[in-house]
Amino acid sequence: MYSFEPNEEQQMLMDAVGKYAANDLRAAAHDAEESRELPRKLIGKGWELGLLQASTPEAYGGFGERSAVTGALAVEEMAFGDLAGALAVMTPSLFATPILLGGSEEQRQEYLPNIVGGEWAPYTAALIEYTFDFDPNALRTTAKVEGDGYALNGEKAFVPFAKDAEAMIVYANLNGVTQGFIVPKDAAGLSIGEREKLMGLNALPLHRVKLDNVKVPATNRLGGAPGHDFGLVLSAMRVASASAALGVAKASFEYSKNYAKEREAFGVKIAQKQAVAFMLAEMVTEIESIRLLTWEAAWKLDTNKEDSCVAAYLAFTGACDMAMMVTDRGVQILGGHGYIREHPVELFMRNGRGFPMLLGLAIV
Amino acid sequence: MTIEFEAPKPIAQMQMMLQTVAENMMRSVSRDFDENEHAIPWDYVEFMHTAMKAAGGGGGLTVTEGKPKEGAEKRPPIGYQRLAAQIEMLSWGDVGFYLVTPGGGLGAAAVVAAGSPEQKAKFLTRFNEEKPTFAAMCMTEPGAGSDTSAIRARAVLDEKSNEWVINGEKIFVTAGDKSFNEYEKFGKGFIVVWASIDPSAGRAGMRAFVVEAGTPGVKVTKLEHKLGIRASDTASISLVDARVPFENLLGKPTVEKTTTGFKGAMATFDATRPLVAASGLGVARAALEFLKEKLMENGVQIRYGMPRNKLTSIEKDVIDMEIQLRSAWLLVLKAVWMADNKKPNALESSMSKVRAGDVVTKITQKAVEIMGPLGYSREFLLEKWFRDAKITDIYEGTGQINRLVVARQILGYSGSELR
Ligand SMILES: Cc1cc2nc3c(=O)[nH]c(=O)nc-3n(C[C@H](O)[C@H](O)[C@H](O)COP(=O)(O)OP(=O)(O)OC[C@H]3O[C@@H](n4cnc5c(N)ncnc54)[C@H](O)[C@@H]3O)c2cc1C
Repeated sequence: MYSFEPNEEQQMLMDAVGKYAANDLRAAAHDAEESRELPRKLIGKGWELGLLQASTPEAYGGFGERSAVTGALAVEEMAFGDLAGALAVMTPSLFATPILLGGSEEQRQEYLPNIVGGEWAPYTAALIEYTFDFDPNALRTTAKVEGDGYALNGEKAFVPFAKDAEAMIVYANLNGVTQGFIVPKDAAGLSIGEREKLMGLNALPLHRVKLDNVKVPATNRLGGAPGHDFGLVLSAMRVASASAALGVAKASFEYSKNYAKEREAFGVKIAQKQAVAFMLAEMVTEIESIRLLTWEAAWKLDTNKEDSCVAAYLAFTGACDMAMMVTDRGVQILGGHGYIREHPVELFMRNGRGFPMLLGLAIV
Repeated sequence: MTIEFEAPKPIAQMQMMLQTVAENMMRSVSRDFDENEHAIPWDYVEFMHTAMKAAGGGGGLTVTEGKPKEGAEKRPPIGYQRLAAQIEMLSWGDVGFYLVTPGGGLGAAAVVAAGSPEQKAKFLTRFNEEKPTFAAMCMTEPGAGSDTSAIRARAVLDEKSNEWVINGEKIFVTAGDKSFNEYEKFGKGFIVVWASIDPSAGRAGMRAFVVEAGTPGVKVTKLEHKLGIRASDTASISLVDARVPFENLLGKPTVEKTTTGFKGAMATFDATRPLVAASGLGVARAALEFLKEKLMENGVQIRYGMPRNKLTSIEKDVIDMEIQLRSAWLLVLKAVWMADNKKPNALESSMSKVRAGDVVTKITQKAVEIMGPLGYSREFLLEKWFRDAKITDIYEGTGQINRLVVARQILGYSGSELR
């Protein structure tokens, strides 16, 4: 059957997340961006919503099953509040979800109950590399078999909470294939660089990470000796990014729509001018169509459809364009006021530009 | 409710059957009928009529529910979803042919939306009879296209004979000729004519009238020569003192300022816009599939999964086209799914039309560009699909008019607040 409505449980989750996003994340977003700091209490409150917990089975300390569709719904709601805050709350998933998806039984037992059962703690992952043609399937960071383990070499960029991280998954190129490796915080050869300064996402602490012959035992390869299917992890990241892009776009659309209904020019509300009304109509149409594409990709992941990875790629690619188109217009609709940092639309636009290069900062 | 994207089995099976029809009865002669404008594809018409009758569809492409098996659980309705899928596939075959699929079309849709049970019985049964039969809808006039409130056609009640006397000039009537003029092989059809019974009341005075084929005073005065969809006749129809029985009026004979006779027309559009979108998307899919096939023949692989800035320009274009096509189709599915589940869908319906109007023109235009001389040549159907696709953004409300509908919906504005 075709069906386009979240079930009751999903709707309840969306409502709870949406409330937190609107009341807490959005309220804190401006100051957090300017001061480059997110209050821990704010992150803790988001963690208590239990997104990761609800998608981890009881055997590993959670109380539910992972569903990419449910994850996509939640990520959109969360990102609607503030992208940096949303990514911060969900950072532990970058470590836990790949283990859930592709980890060995030992890895799941070792890490998941701890993370899921505890307070928010900075477990993270390092995928992005600082090169213009960054390609998650052709990484420059390498993993080489050395003795009965692996040696990791290279440099990673934009790693959230790397400075405080208890452990991180580092993605590296193992004979041409991307594989994840669990690296503990005190590993020799691992060094955390200065905090990144970016166009947006300034509230989220992102760091460069250097790996200078970091040695990890074979058991630290994600999935153990046989490894794992990175395609599934990447697809889950793509669906999450697309959902986050939808949240940011929706935020910009809602804000500029409300503004357009208040602001007057030439004796009418600017929303009564077709030039503005048509922009809004196109924004909402674009958002809704990419949302359906994203949901379909998530559903294909959940149901193991053959083309799920292509679907996730298409949804992500479409979402990147959608986010840029929508957030640009959000600024345009506010005119000069949109350019001033008192209104959030310029931040939405800076965040909206990031999605093509920020793959790997969220996962469902 | 849940979120799911599995095509219902009956739809998937029907698609396979229709694809065979599309390949064997449409594609194979598509070019001939493009070059012989207004020629009637009899084989297709007769085949479809027989097939639809056998399927017990009530004549023509209409919203139907399969009979549930004895003792089977009641399934959610999928009639509109099935119809959208049918139209998409037939248009994938040839959209001009699809438009000459026998049946009530927009004319019958108006009767369904605004007619009484007696009127439905009287006017709609004919589509399931021996001969293929057509009906058409006449709204547009030389001076009134998007602005339907400018319609000048008049209907005056002759109280002595209890007949409506209609005068007016209608243009761009899809299947107007097949619906009104006599053909030996066709059954007797009708046209639905929109006219005012009270010009001082504006839209509230607008009514639809069923005008039977052959009614004296009514004439098909012209068949348009068009950019595309050339198998479909687009007629001008003039009405001079045309008399129709009182009971051929759809809706109320009196004008109340609070209700608008126009609601019927608008309800029809909520139902038909996603179907027009579906039709356009069928053409776009044909173009995209052809493009990918030709690229493959020429050794061009599309490397899905690559970052954008590592792709070739052709790869980027094809990937964009796939995103556009699929996301637009999902909007259509959502709009018809809402219709099936009796959820108000004016917003989704117009969104699907806006999106489809955009993407089918973009996809077909890009495909021609990428194919270069092969795209421009009449050796292949691609250039025809480019011409056929453009109508999607024009009829059933232009892209602009549908943007207005979407904008009014999201802003909570009336027609006077946002014109
Ligand atoms: C092949 C074909 C088949 C058709 N079939 C039928 C049929 O079966 N029955 C029928 O009744 N009609 C039919 N039509 C008519 C069709 O619905 C109209 O052509 C269409 O609604 C546009 O009207 P118009 O051509 O008068 O353009 P106009 O209304 O003159 O529009 C011209 C331009 O102005 C724009 N515009 C108009 N108003 C506004 C506004 N308020 N804001 C912004 N922009 C605006 C339009 O979008 C368009 O770009 C058919 C047309 C064609 C070409």
